Amino acid sequence: MTGDTLTSSEYIKHHLTNLTYGNLPAGNYCDGHQVVTDPGWQLAGCGEAAKAMGFSAIHLDTMFWSITLGVLFLYLFKKAADAVTTGIPGGLQNFVEWIMEFIDQSVRGSFSSRNDMVAPLSLTIFVWIFLMNLMDLVPVDVIPAISQLLGIHFMKVVPTTDPNATFGMAIGVFILVIFYSIKIKGIGGFVGELTLQPFSSANPLVNALFIPINFILEFVSLIAKPVSLALRLFGNMYAGEMIFILIAIMYSAGTFMGLFGGVLQLGWAIFHILIITLQAFIFMTLTIVYLDMAHHEH
Amino acid sequence: MNINLTLIGQLLTFVVFVWFTMKYVWTPIMGALEERRKGIADGLAAGERGQHEQELAEGRAKQLLHDAKGQASDILAQAQKRASEIVDEAKVNARVEGDRILTAARSEIEQEANRAREQLRERVAALAIAGAEKILRKEINADTHQDIVNSLAKEI
Repeated sequence: MTGDTLTSSEYIKHHLTNLTYGNLPAGNYCDGHQVVTDPGWQLAGCGEAAKAMGFSAIHLDTMFWSITLGVLFLYLFKKAADAVTTGIPGGLQNFVEWIMEFIDQSVRGSFSSRNDMVAPLSLTIFVWIFLMNLMDLVPVDVIPAISQLLGIHFMKVVPTTDPNATFGMAIGVFILVIFYSIKIKGIGGFVGELTLQPFSSANPLVNALFIPINFILEFVSLIAKPVSLALRLFGNMYAGEMIFILIAIMYSAGTFMGLFGGVLQLGWAIFHILIITLQAFIFMTLTIVYLDMAHHEH
Repeated sequence: MNINLTLIGQLLTFVVFVWFTMKYVWTPIMGALEERRKGIADGLAAGERGQHEQELAEGRAKQLLHDAKGQASDILAQAQKRASEIVDEAKVNARVEGDRILTAARSEIEQEANRAREQLRERVAALAIAGAEKILRKEINADTHQDIVNSLAKEI
């Protein structure tokens, strides 16, 4: 808890607000706590101000934690890659090789074409998402309390509970899917895939009639790929985080409830170990499958 | 839960991370893994070859051992045969030698006996003569009756 005066709903809201830095229009925000006369780039004092910033804002906490974790991942793996030996591997190399063999097996299992980019992409996705999800297991109040001491009022430590992060990755994957679809099948092939199936006819006139129907069906299924990819991860992590926050509220409701909450948190955290790994794996596997589909004619 | 510039930031971060992984992480480690896999495969092949060679060598050794055993038993049999021959020979020799010694001893004994008999005869003859001398002192001359005495002694 950040203070005794917070109500439960304020506590939850506080935990779900990102540290937002953005272009805030003039106005009166946060019950008069943040009065802006000169519009300009500044930190949002509350969720309302963050919302008012619109698109020209950035979540500093999401960016900070995702980049920190990504750099940690790359640092460890680069360290292993620099010291790589074909002889007897050390502890770190063993660990890294274990993960990479696992990714390589997954890619070989689902991806039938040749593309040197898919496996590194899958590795990045899996490890990065796993690390970001792992932040969920840090008790929800620990890092916000530390940042509170440093004068930072909002701190959401799990980047994957921010749809920006999951959509960022999903859009990256989506761009690759479209890029490889066009590269492998040509623009004609790609457009044909969108318009000439699933319904087709030998009669050109009927075929022309089918084109809009096909396009609607195929376009929806094409768009559904990144959306489902992003929302699945976001939804799972957001819900998990929410439950941790709700459990954390119990700590302020007396000794018995606090102990009960402790047991619940332990149980949920143990169960969450499965979820964070599974979600990272699902994101990776679906990426591989989508890219595999992009490499194949139907 | 606002969608904002963070989206672009995350997208760019993602791209940079993927590029970095591809260039500096995946390629070298996978290369090393491939190399090790090859090394292991080579090692296994060499091991198999070695095992095959060992099997061949074992076969050769077994053959050699078998031959040696055969030779040894041949030699042993010959030696035994020779030994029994020697024993037989020795037995025969011993018997012959024993016979010879026996014969020599017998003949010596006989000679001894003959000699003793001769001496005895001579003694008896001498005794007889001495006796006769005592009886006949004057009447009989030893030189004159020598042939009679001798024929007497021979009769003993």
